[in-house]
Amino acid sequence: MATITLIEAVREAMLEEMRRDSSVFVMGEDVGKRGGVFLATKGFIEEFGSARVLDTPLAEASIAGIAVGSAMHGLRPIAEIQFADFIWPTINQLVGEAARVRYGTKGKLNVPMVVRSPYGGHVRGGLYHSQSVESFFAHTPGLKVVIPATPYDAKGLLKSAIRDDDPVIVLEHKRTYRSVRGEVPDEDYVIPIGSADVKLEGEHATIVTYGLTLHYSLQAAEILAKDGIKIEIIDLRTVRPIDIETIITSVQKTNRVLIVQEDNAAVSVGSEVSALISEHSFESLDAPIMRCTGPEIPAMPFAPTLESVYMPTSEKIETKLRELLSY
Amino acid sequence: MTNAKSLKNKIGDLTKEDLLDIYAAMVLVRTLDERVWMMNRQGKAAIVASCQGHEAAQLASVWALRKYATDFMCFTYYRDLAVTTALGLTPEQSIRGFLAKDGEPLSGARQFPQHGASPELRIINQSNVIGTHVPHAVGWALASKMQDEQTVVACYFGDGTTSQGEVHEAMNFASVHKLPIVFFVENNKYAISVPQSSQMAISRISLRAEGYGMPGFTVDGTDVVESYRVASEAVSLAQNGGGPTLVEFDLERYLPHTSDDDDSVYRNQDEIAQAKLRDPLKKLKQLLEEEGVLSPAKDSELHTNAKREIDSATDRADSADFPSDHDVYSGVVQDS
Amino acid sequence: MITTVDLPQVGESVTEGVIGKWLVSPGQWVDRYDPIVEVVTDKVSMEIPSPFAGVFIKALVEEGEVVPMGSPICEIEDQNAITQDDEKTPPSKFEFMDSVRSVGPTGSGEGGEGRRDALQESMQPEHQLPHMYQEVASAQDRKKVISPLVAKIAMQNNIDVANLIGSGIGGRVTKKDIEDYISEKEIALGLPNQNEQPETSKIHISAIRRSIADHMSRSASEIPSAWSMVELDVTGLVELRSKLKGQFESENEVPLTFMPFWIQLVCSALKSNPRLNGRWDKDEIVINKRVNLGIAISTDEGLIVPVIHNADDLNIREIAMELNRLIKSAKSGSLALSDVQGGTFTLNNTGALGSIASVPIINHPQSAILTTEAIVKRPVVLTGDVIGVRSIMNMCISFDHRVCDGAEASAFLDEIKSLVENISELTIKI
Repeated sequence: MATITLIEAVREAMLEEMRRDSSVFVMGEDVGKRGGVFLATKGFIEEFGSARVLDTPLAEASIAGIAVGSAMHGLRPIAEIQFADFIWPTINQLVGEAARVRYGTKGKLNVPMVVRSPYGGHVRGGLYHSQSVESFFAHTPGLKVVIPATPYDAKGLLKSAIRDDDPVIVLEHKRTYRSVRGEVPDEDYVIPIGSADVKLEGEHATIVTYGLTLHYSLQAAEILAKDGIKIEIIDLRTVRPIDIETIITSVQKTNRVLIVQEDNAAVSVGSEVSALISEHSFESLDAPIMRCTGPEIPAMPFAPTLESVYMPTSEKIETKLRELLSY
Repeated sequence: MTNAKSLKNKIGDLTKEDLLDIYAAMVLVRTLDERVWMMNRQGKAAIVASCQGHEAAQLASVWALRKYATDFMCFTYYRDLAVTTALGLTPEQSIRGFLAKDGEPLSGARQFPQHGASPELRIINQSNVIGTHVPHAVGWALASKMQDEQTVVACYFGDGTTSQGEVHEAMNFASVHKLPIVFFVENNKYAISVPQSSQMAISRISLRAEGYGMPGFTVDGTDVVESYRVASEAVSLAQNGGGPTLVEFDLERYLPHTSDDDDSVYRNQDEIAQAKLRDPLKKLKQLLEEEGVLSPAKDSELHTNAKREIDSATDRADSADFPSDHDVYSGVVQDS
Repeated sequence: MITTVDLPQVGESVTEGVIGKWLVSPGQWVDRYDPIVEVVTDKVSMEIPSPFAGVFIKALVEEGEVVPMGSPICEIEDQNAITQDDEKTPPSKFEFMDSVRSVGPTGSGEGGEGRRDALQESMQPEHQLPHMYQEVASAQDRKKVISPLVAKIAMQNNIDVANLIGSGIGGRVTKKDIEDYISEKEIALGLPNQNEQPETSKIHISAIRRSIADHMSRSASEIPSAWSMVELDVTGLVELRSKLKGQFESENEVPLTFMPFWIQLVCSALKSNPRLNGRWDKDEIVINKRVNLGIAISTDEGLIVPVIHNADDLNIREIAMELNRLIKSAKSGSLALSDVQGGTFTLNNTGALGSIASVPIINHPQSAILTTEAIVKRPVVLTGDVIGVRSIMNMCISFDHRVCDGAEASAFLDEIKSLVENISELTIKI
């Protein structure tokens, strides 16, 4: 067992997979000599050479599209989109193309590619270095979307994503990169895509969350525990496909649910989770399904006073939980 | 294609007063740039992108616009501190932006420093996402032409930006429709850590202009006079209905990409030292001294004035309030 | 990957089974088709085989539980699945260091460390977001607001929520409120609670017991059962059997009890009284063309009713042989499912245990059940008003009063009486 940060876990996952499988390669802006602006690929070009670690031109649409093509022809590209805020030019290639290749060729071609991108705010990133983009991809059949929030999950899920024979989007909250440290086994392991994890067991209410807000939820739960209130926290880890079984088991136990996400509420992952809970465990609910989300403004502002209004924090989650419990 | 020599005869040089004004502006901007970089080290300015090394090209372009366009609009990018200052964004307003304080005119501190818009100052800089503004600039120029305005659009971006697909699409369109726009490429040979040789297979970006069917020039971007001359021709061409031009300023970046970058990983000190030999501030000072326009006393006075101005701007911005949190919800759509 | 195994569908009209003994334990390797659990349906025990090879993880249901077909019964780790499941690994420890931003807005910064953000550090406590949900009007009477969960609990316990005090917003009755109410009510009604129970011991309900209990309950609740009894002079039958017994048993190596005779007579009587060989089927009465006679047999595990199929076709010898086989199988617990299915009428020799009258419970979904009580020598009045000693046996019937009335039941009994009181070698099919 070693204790490492989340970005180190990301780096280890890619390193180990590249050593294990010569068809795996990395492409993106500044991933080579710079080692990535968050150092996710530090040391890679020295070990694997520029043939497997490509510093691409500044052109996201073609980063995605070229990854699709190389994946169709036997390689396993890990394409880094430097910030999720820059992912929009890739929508055509990821949603319009990568997601449809296996289906459209009736299985004769598939796209075993990974797109990795740092997302999320609370880092003074302003409108264009703070965005949450998962709902656009979680909406799309043919894609898988994974959002780990701990080093153990990040390494296991990224490995699964690289070994997966279909396109997987891996979103890493940039604030968790160095702020979350955790234990990671020395031996090889994978975490199946599509499995949620109960990070905290409880009985009075369930939080369903993912990404940075997992940690704020844990903080809120700790505060409520002092009042004898035990909150159960489910970390989705994968937002497409959603592990509804784990959620239902919890709802049947606690009967009250709060969905917590940094993303805006409308037409989001939280909306889908809410619909699924209502469909599958209506009779277990003793209160409406509630959500604590980012507000309906288009992006996270730069000024610290404005950014803090936007972000779900442990205080806001605690307030929402008390509201839920009092219903 | 016209060459630099014939430009000199047709349009003429800057006056000595112009050159001194430009130098004073350069000193002010350099002082401001160094100040905000320091404030980042203090933990007060979350993100800073320096324009050191770019000042001559940026200022020359603004002077050209003022002289040869009836009206103009500038679509800038994150490194254009000299452009915005020359257009009238005060040092205090800029520092408010870096400190994310209330009273910042471009976005009310909702955005990164230097981002947002002040149309009255002729500054539009909406996005940090590279290259998205180039189609915007072309669209503005299209609208200008369709409404019979006498406006020239100046669109600024770096070398890395020219790889982005939308940028090609925009330049192609501008040329087809002969729009009144000038593309100012500030080529410092680095896109964060990616050198030009990894970015493109050509050594001069201006070569692309022929592919778009527009004139293209590469000019020494650390030389105010040369930069001004080429910029002036491009602006005039646009003004007179001759369509777009691609102007490539060849220049240097002295500092890392931004305050979040570590260039020791991909750049060596010798290379940077070499680049600093082309410092536009030094080169212009030398020229002015040769022309007998700048005495040491005058130079010292300019530096002192600049420092005083930046100091008081810093004090005022530092003691200002942050934007009120109630403000965060307004303006998503109209009447919200 | 851990896979859930469901109870497979067995038998056409069987919808549920009672879990019997688990044959494997957690951690044990099972090959494909290895038996993993016994399940009792229709009081017959079957073994459920494993659908794939792997490690048995855990049982999801306990012995004695009634489980619908198709519901999960256990988990097995399928050895062929590629993905590794991390359920068995203990949760990994991690820590979130909230204090200072550790990356810059656009990158990791020099040496991979973000810069301090003095502004963020000096932040005031956050402004509270306005509520995203409408404020619930506290003045309103919200007792009438019933959540789906509370509605379900109320319905299951026959409670009117209006009687409760709610602790939710505006007086809404919550899950906790109704659960508290239920346990208080139990105490108030003097229902057994922990402190007052008299000394007891408990008998665990086996799979078969459970099955019998459910079956009897169903019969009792669904069928309006009426009862009748006749007294039969079986002296002739007793003599006939004595006469045939010795040779029969040495030839056939099975005992010749009274039962084969009764079986043949009952089949005869059913042919002329077909309603008693039918069943009530909501919109119609279904009459069975053949007689599949169930014989109630007592075993250590409980009552079981194996069936002699097409008994109306068989002679005494064939009946005796089949009967013997069924009894032996029943006592050794090796009856097949087909041995207990398809019965149309049931016969119970309650007399074997000394009973002279009993009120049997109809074997649902049949329409009648017959008992043969103990044969007792009694003084009776014979023709000419003289007293004689005869072997007398009572015969009792419970019948479904929806299917027929007392007249038919009595006619049936009368037929049997007539047949047995006139029995001879010529009237039976040996």
